[in-house]
Amino acid sequence: MTNATASQPAKDTGSSAFLLVLLKARTFIALILVFAFFAFAAPNFLSASNMVIMSKHVALNAFLAIGMTFVIITGGIDLSVGSIVGLCGMVAGWLILNGIDIGLGWTMQFNTIEICLIVILVGLFIGLINGLLITKLNVAPFIATLGMLYVARGAALLSSDGRTFPNLNGNPEYGNDTFYLIGAGNLFGIPISIWMLIAVGLGAAYVAKRTPLGRHIYAVGGNEKGAGLSGVQVDRVKIAVYVFSGFCAALVGLIISSQLVASHPATGNTFELNAIAAAVLGGTSMSGGRGKIAGTIIGAFVIGILSDGLVMMGVSAFWQTVIKGLVIIAAVVVDQAQQKLQARVVLQQQAALNK
Amino acid sequence: MDAPDVGLTIRGGTKLYPGTVALNNVDFDLHMGAVNVLVGENGAGKSTMMKIVAGVEPLTEGRMELFGKPVDFRDKNEAARNGIGIVFQELNLFPNMSVAENIFVGREITRHGVDIDLDAQRAATRKVLERLEHGGIDPDTPVGDLRIGQQQIIEIAKSLIEDARILILDEPTSALSAAEVEILFRVIKDLKADGVGIVYISHRLEELVRIGDYITVLRDGAVTGARSMEGVDLGWIVQNMIGGASKDFPKTDVLEFGPEVFRVEDLVLPRMGGGFTVDHVSLSVRSGEILGVYGLMGAGRSEIFECVMAQHPLAKGRIFVEGKEIREKTVAGRIARGIALIPENRKRDGLVEILSIRENITLSSLKDFTKIFHMNLAAEIQAAKDFVKELSIKIASLENPVSSLSGGNQQKVVVSKALMTRPKVLLMDEPSRGIDIGAKAEMFRTMRKLTADGLGIVFVTSDLDEVRALSDRIAVMADGRITAEFDASDVTSEQIVAASTPGKTTEDQSNVKEPAA
Repeated sequence: MTNATASQPAKDTGSSAFLLVLLKARTFIALILVFAFFAFAAPNFLSASNMVIMSKHVALNAFLAIGMTFVIITGGIDLSVGSIVGLCGMVAGWLILNGIDIGLGWTMQFNTIEICLIVILVGLFIGLINGLLITKLNVAPFIATLGMLYVARGAALLSSDGRTFPNLNGNPEYGNDTFYLIGAGNLFGIPISIWMLIAVGLGAAYVAKRTPLGRHIYAVGGNEKGAGLSGVQVDRVKIAVYVFSGFCAALVGLIISSQLVASHPATGNTFELNAIAAAVLGGTSMSGGRGKIAGTIIGAFVIGILSDGLVMMGVSAFWQTVIKGLVIIAAVVVDQAQQKLQARVVLQQQAALNK
Repeated sequence: MDAPDVGLTIRGGTKLYPGTVALNNVDFDLHMGAVNVLVGENGAGKSTMMKIVAGVEPLTEGRMELFGKPVDFRDKNEAARNGIGIVFQELNLFPNMSVAENIFVGREITRHGVDIDLDAQRAATRKVLERLEHGGIDPDTPVGDLRIGQQQIIEIAKSLIEDARILILDEPTSALSAAEVEILFRVIKDLKADGVGIVYISHRLEELVRIGDYITVLRDGAVTGARSMEGVDLGWIVQNMIGGASKDFPKTDVLEFGPEVFRVEDLVLPRMGGGFTVDHVSLSVRSGEILGVYGLMGAGRSEIFECVMAQHPLAKGRIFVEGKEIREKTVAGRIARGIALIPENRKRDGLVEILSIRENITLSSLKDFTKIFHMNLAAEIQAAKDFVKELSIKIASLENPVSSLSGGNQQKVVVSKALMTRPKVLLMDEPSRGIDIGAKAEMFRTMRKLTADGLGIVFVTSDLDEVRALSDRIAVMADGRITAEFDASDVTSEQIVAASTPGKTTEDQSNVKEPAA
């Protein structure tokens, strides 16, 4: 009998270990499946131009989702990113069209680089306020960023009385006629926004894996009190993730207004939900402590390819919404199964050790 | 056995978990109207067996009979309907709900299935609390306002209200003060007289000998001893538990102590609503010395450590490491100055359970592997490996989540984390809580080894034997004050207990080292 019981679990371990690998790679598998499906089903899906357009779409969500992933890993949430996108776009538009009137009958104008820096500062600043509200004033992240969602959106609408800033072509005299390049420019045949995504994505993945800050982000999300008692400066870590999320949102604001050569105050509405969806699809746990940047980026691609592909197939927008929702729910269900299996495999390993 | 009344029996009970045999062909008799004591090291299968009795888990093989009828509970509710109640070690209460609401949660008394009959619930609550000698608790008080001991009583009341004929208590005294333990024992006696069959699980062996009528010892999933309590002594229990010679606490020859490494002066922590939780406490420990702080729950022992670790912004007092005052206000700052804490509650304060063993071990010392902002993962893994080896932590892989380890091994991970910061003084809050005897002895050996390397250790405990066996010097606390300090070599248990009794502090003041004004 002892022999039977000994060999039985061993076989079990092998098969469940294989299943675990499959489950771990599930977002990637989903990406391949979605991709393969549309390659067959949607005409022109595989054309180079479509690939470029699609990746530009995906990039916008991916930026926000990267910022969101860190926030969610600490156990928080940032609902304000969509509004920050809108506000930052308006700031960029304003700077190009109007400059800053410093009240001496003279207006300050900025070149493209300066505009980018100012807009990014705005994003960082809003993120900082989020972080301070959450850490120093102890406002729940959901509420603090929900409030900021309204404040930033309102500010964006106020900036133009709800109108669009059109024709952001800039003026060569001020050196900001190159603004359109952020959204439309190419480097080695790849859009600049994609290069930016690669840079931010690699940077974020590096921070997550190989810096103390990254480790602290996971620790804070896993057990805030325990992390604090281990010497992690919890407040600083939390502020950092909201600031970074604001930074990502500012980048998206810049890219969108540059792509459209116009900025509209309602831009970015509900973007936060897509960002959360991408993070969750990529395996980030809403209860904190778990998530990967690579997973999030793949998640963003799954969502993006799904919606673009369905458009190309001519599926109605209403159905697209339903399908997107189902995919997200399915992802979380599979995630739960993976957690269970993983815990079992680990316990088996530990038990084998105690024999 | 000439048992008058065996309520529940397990015959040939085997429970397999994937990869492990948790219970191996066990026989168990549960006597009604008696206290059936269950002992064994952690992982011996006590909890598994009780989970089976309470319907939380099914048996893989074997059969269970309740009053002669074979039973096979599908879930906990079915077991409860059959009169089996269980009070888990960790309390399952809703702190924001009232006592009555907690007792009736999930089985509210209703009119027509909708409207909750609050009066009936209150009346029934009063009745059951009186039976438990706690008639003074108002059924409308939120449970969160009660002391831990009272909360334990509420848990027991929950089982009684369901007319439990069999009551399982899993380590009920681990959070109780001596006085509360006495009350609990009286309650158990009453229940026994009413014919309730009680299963009592505890690591405190003296307790078992005192209140047990029948004893069952488990080791590695098998019953190694089962008999009536008559004539059973500690030696017999320990021998059956660990299956060999008794593991004594190591008491190495006292080495020469070095200079003072750690001192607190005049530490004060005001209590909400007046008074002090920590009342002008001064302590010091020398290099190579172990200072044991003995006191009951609520004496303010853990709070001293929390103040030292910058957890209470309102705390006042001066802290010195190697003679230099600590002014850092952050935990990180204090760790950097050579203080390390091993918290009492591993799950809540000591570990980040979702992270891997490696990440937990190095969490406080990431700086050591970091240049500017780049972390050297290879160096980190090596450092973690060194500690795993040094403290002989049993792990399958460094990358497994720390939650997969047993209590004793988890504690070693916490100790590794603390040691990796290269502390000068180690503060250990109930270092042996929730770990089995073998792991305990190992923990104590480790503590001795560390002091031999020049560390100063301050540890807090409410276990009398532990504080006597392990300390070089003993400080006793009551009501937030240090009421006495003894040299461990010439002190009796009676002296320690006397000093630890709250409310008697005035007579014992002569022993107090008054802080230098």
